[in-house]
Amino acid sequence: MTTLDPRIPEGPLAQKWTNFKAKAKLVNPANKRRLDIIIVGTGLGGASAAASLAEMGYNVKAFCYQDSPRRAHSIAAQGGINAAKNYPNDGDSIYRLFYDTIKGGDYRSREANVYRLAEVSNNIIDQCVAQGVPFAREYGGYLDNRSFGGAQVSRTFYARGQTGQQLLLGAYAGLSKMVSKGKVQLFTRRDMLDLVIVDGKARGIIVRNLVTGEIERHSAHAVVLASGGYGNVYYLSTYAMGANANPAWVAHRRGAFMANPSFVQIHPTCMPVHGEFQSKLTLMSESLRNDGRIWVPRKIEDARKLQEGKIKANDILEEDRDYYLERRYPAFGNLVPRDVASRAAKERCDAGFGVNETGLAVFLDFSDAIRRLGRKAIEEKYGNLFEMYQKINDEDPYETPMMIYPAIHYAMGGLWVDYSLMTTVPGLFAIGECNFSDHGANRLGASALMQGLADGYFVLPYTISDYLADQIQVPRFSNELPEFKAAEDGVRARLDRIMAIQGKQTVETFHKRLGRIMWDYCGMSRNEAGLTKALGMVQELQQEFWSDVKVPGGPGEFNAELEKAGRVAEFMELGELIIRDALNRRESCGGHFREESQTEEGEAKRDDDNFTYVAAWEYMPGNAPRMHKEPLQFEVVQLIQRNYK
Amino acid sequence: MDFKLKIWRQKSAAVKGRFETYKVSGITGGTSFLEMLDVLNEELIAKGEEPVAFDHDCREGICGTCSLYINGRPHGPDDRVCTCQLFMRRFKDGDTIIIEPFRARPFPVLRDLVVDRSSFDKIIQAGGFISASTGNAPDANAIPIPKRNADKAFDAAACIGCGACVAACKNASAMLFVSAKVSHFALLPQGKVEARERVQKMVAKMDELGFGNCTNTYACEAECPKGISVENIARMNREFLSAKLVTDK
Repeated sequence: MTTLDPRIPEGPLAQKWTNFKAKAKLVNPANKRRLDIIIVGTGLGGASAAASLAEMGYNVKAFCYQDSPRRAHSIAAQGGINAAKNYPNDGDSIYRLFYDTIKGGDYRSREANVYRLAEVSNNIIDQCVAQGVPFAREYGGYLDNRSFGGAQVSRTFYARGQTGQQLLLGAYAGLSKMVSKGKVQLFTRRDMLDLVIVDGKARGIIVRNLVTGEIERHSAHAVVLASGGYGNVYYLSTYAMGANANPAWVAHRRGAFMANPSFVQIHPTCMPVHGEFQSKLTLMSESLRNDGRIWVPRKIEDARKLQEGKIKANDILEEDRDYYLERRYPAFGNLVPRDVASRAAKERCDAGFGVNETGLAVFLDFSDAIRRLGRKAIEEKYGNLFEMYQKINDEDPYETPMMIYPAIHYAMGGLWVDYSLMTTVPGLFAIGECNFSDHGANRLGASALMQGLADGYFVLPYTISDYLADQIQVPRFSNELPEFKAAEDGVRARLDRIMAIQGKQTVETFHKRLGRIMWDYCGMSRNEAGLTKALGMVQELQQEFWSDVKVPGGPGEFNAELEKAGRVAEFMELGELIIRDALNRRESCGGHFREESQTEEGEAKRDDDNFTYVAAWEYMPGNAPRMHKEPLQFEVVQLIQRNYK
Repeated sequence: MDFKLKIWRQKSAAVKGRFETYKVSGITGGTSFLEMLDVLNEELIAKGEEPVAFDHDCREGICGTCSLYINGRPHGPDDRVCTCQLFMRRFKDGDTIIIEPFRARPFPVLRDLVVDRSSFDKIIQAGGFISASTGNAPDANAIPIPKRNADKAFDAAACIGCGACVAACKNASAMLFVSAKVSHFALLPQGKVEARERVQKMVAKMDELGFGNCTNTYACEAECPKGISVENIARMNREFLSAKLVTDK
C-alpha cells in the first residue's frame, strides 16, 4: 500500500484554484495546433471538454458509442443544475454551495476539488445562457431557481424537467461548431476496448466500429475519459441501456486506480419494478420533492389492503397517513439528501408498509400542492414528468399519488484523479461521472450536471494544458508502434475468445444474475456476511460466463450481442471490486450503509478515525487488487455527524 | 398476450431486405415495446438465430435513439411518445404488428431496423449553434428574456432529433427538425447575431443531403413524439426569406 498524493496547490482553500491557474504552464497557439487529444464520451463532460479544447486550438478526436453525440445519457438528467449565483437573495454563496456539497457527500470528498467546483459553478450558468440554453425564467425575464435535496436555499437552475437535455444540446452545439471548423473529428458508434500506453504515458486507444466490426487504432498526446458511470453493473438502473464501464475498466487494467467503487447512488424517487421483462428503471426527478409529500399508511392493515389491491391511496384518511420523512427529519422534511430518503423508504417497506403489490413502493403525493398552487402551476413545473408517469403506469398522478421506490442512479466512485483530474496513468485524464472526485459518498441532486460541465468547460482546459506544455516537442504518434499492435491483438483475442465459447446462456441472463447479486448484497444496506457471500457468487458467475455464454453472429459485423457480452464481462470484474471496496469500508457513510455501523436510531454512523480516506484500488493481474490510500485532510470544514433533523 | 410480428430484416445497407414473421407469447401489458423485442431476441438467440438489430438507449423517451416504424406510424400508434415509451397494453392479444425501420433516402438502413441518421448531425454542424466560445459569457442575468419567448424557445428546443418527422413525411422532408433549431435560436437575443447565416446554411445543408421539400401536410407534427409545432416551419420560412432579402442587397 502506498499513500497517494492528490497534488493540491498551496494556499488557503479559496485561493488554491487561483494559485493553480496563475502558475500553470501554458501552451502557445502554434504549439496547440500540433497537439492531439482523444476524448471518449460526448456527454456533458466530454462534449464541453471537446468544444473548449478545440476552441483553444488543440486537435480533438471525440468518440461515443451512440449514433450521435447528442444522445449521451446526460440528456436524461431532469431536475437541474446547481450554482451559487444567489439570485433569489436567500443567503447562498460559493462557500455555502461548497459546504453543502461536502456535507452531502458525508465528508468523503476532497475539500479543494469541491471548493473549485463551487467556484466555477456560476461561470457554467453564464456559459450555458450565452449558448442559448432556455432555462426557466420568471415574468420579469430573469432566471428562476428551485430547491433540491440537501440544501436550504434555492440554487438550482432548470429547464422544465429536461435540464440535462438542454445543457447537453448546448454542449453538443459547441462541439458541432468545432466539427464544422475541422478542429474536432467525430467518431460515433465506437466502443473503446483498450488504452494504449507508450513509454509510460497514455497515447492512444483501440476502438471497435460498432457498424462494421472493424478494430481501429487512434493516437494522441493525451487521452480523456468522459465515459460516465458504472451503475449498469446492477442491471436495473436509471442508466441508458448502452452505458458501460469499458473505457474506465480497460484503463484500470492498464494501471489507472479505481477509487471508492462501492459508492453508488440509489435514487429515492424512481418508478417501482413492475415485472420480469423489465429492462430499466425510470427516474422521477428529485425536483418533485419540492412539492410532493412522501408517505405510507400509518396502519399495517391499510398497507396490506393496498398490497392486495382492495383499497386505493385516496381511500386512506389524512390522519392515517405517515409522512415519515417529515416525521423523522423535520428540518429538511421531504428534501433530505438522496441516501437518507432511500434508506427511509426501504425501512418502511421492510417493515411491511409498502403500498403496491410487491410491497416495494411508497407514495409521492401532490394533492396538497395542487390545492395550494392550482393544477396549472404544477403542470407548468412538472408537466412532462407527470405525463411520463402516466404513460408508464397507466395512472393519473394529478388524481392519485405516484408510487416510487429507490433505484441505482449514479456512481460517485470512479477512476482516481489528482487535483488536475489526471489518473495514475500520466496523460490519462478522467472527467465527469467517470472520475471519483467531487461527490464523496453521496451526490446531491443537481450536482452531476454542475460537475460534468465544470470539468469540461472550466477545469480540464487549464489542467490538461499544464500537462501538455511538456509535450510540445513530442511528434504525432504512429499507429504502427508495437504498443498499438499489441493492444489491438489483445482486443481481437478477447473478442475471439468470447465468440468461441458458444455455450447455452445468453449475455442477458448473466447480466440479470449479476444485477440481482449486487442489489441484494451490495445495495441499500450491506453487511460482512452478505458481501463475503456475494464475492464468491460473482467470481463463480464469471467462470460460468467464460465457459457458457452464447453470442451469435461474428466479430466482424454489426453485433449488438457481442457489444453487450464485452460490457457484461467488464461489469462482472467491476462488480467484484465494488464488493471488495464495500467489505473494506467497515463504516456507514453516504450511500454506503454497513449494518454493523449504525446509531441507535438506525442512522448511518461514520467512523472518521479509521476511514477518512479514499480507497484507490490497483489492478493486479491474476491476483486480488491492492488498495492505496489518499488520506482526506479537512482544513476548513469540521467533520460532524450529518443531521437533517 | 400473444403477438405475431412481421419484422424487416436486412443484413446491411448493401443487400436487399425482406419481412420475416415471428411469434411472441406471454407478454404482459406493462411490458414496453422494446422489452417485447428483447423477449423475442432472447428466444432467437436461444434457437441459434440472429437477433433483430434495433436502436435504443435511454428507454425513457429523451435520447431520441429508438426509431421504429410500427404499423405504418413512426413510434407506433400512440401520439406524442417514443417507441421506448409505448407499452404492450396498447395492443390487443393476437394482434399482428408490422415493424419497419424509419424509411428515408438520407437515413440509409445499416442493419434490420437500425438506420444512419448522421445527416441530422451534419445539419447542426452547418450552423445549428450560437458561437459562444467558453469563457466569453457575460452574467447570465445580464439580458432579461421575456418569459413568453423563453418558453417558446424551449418548446422548439425540446426536439430530440429522432427523425420521426422525416419518416412520417411523404417527401422525407427535414423541415420540422431544422425549423425547431432555427426557431430555438431565433427567439432568443443571443441567437440573433448569427440568425441570417444560420438559417441559410442549415437549409442549404438540408437540401444538399437529399431531404425533400415541405408540402404542408403536417404529418411531421402529428408524429412528433415531443409535439414540436409546425409553427416553427412558418417561423423558419420567415427567417429564411428575410435573410435572403437582406443578404442579397
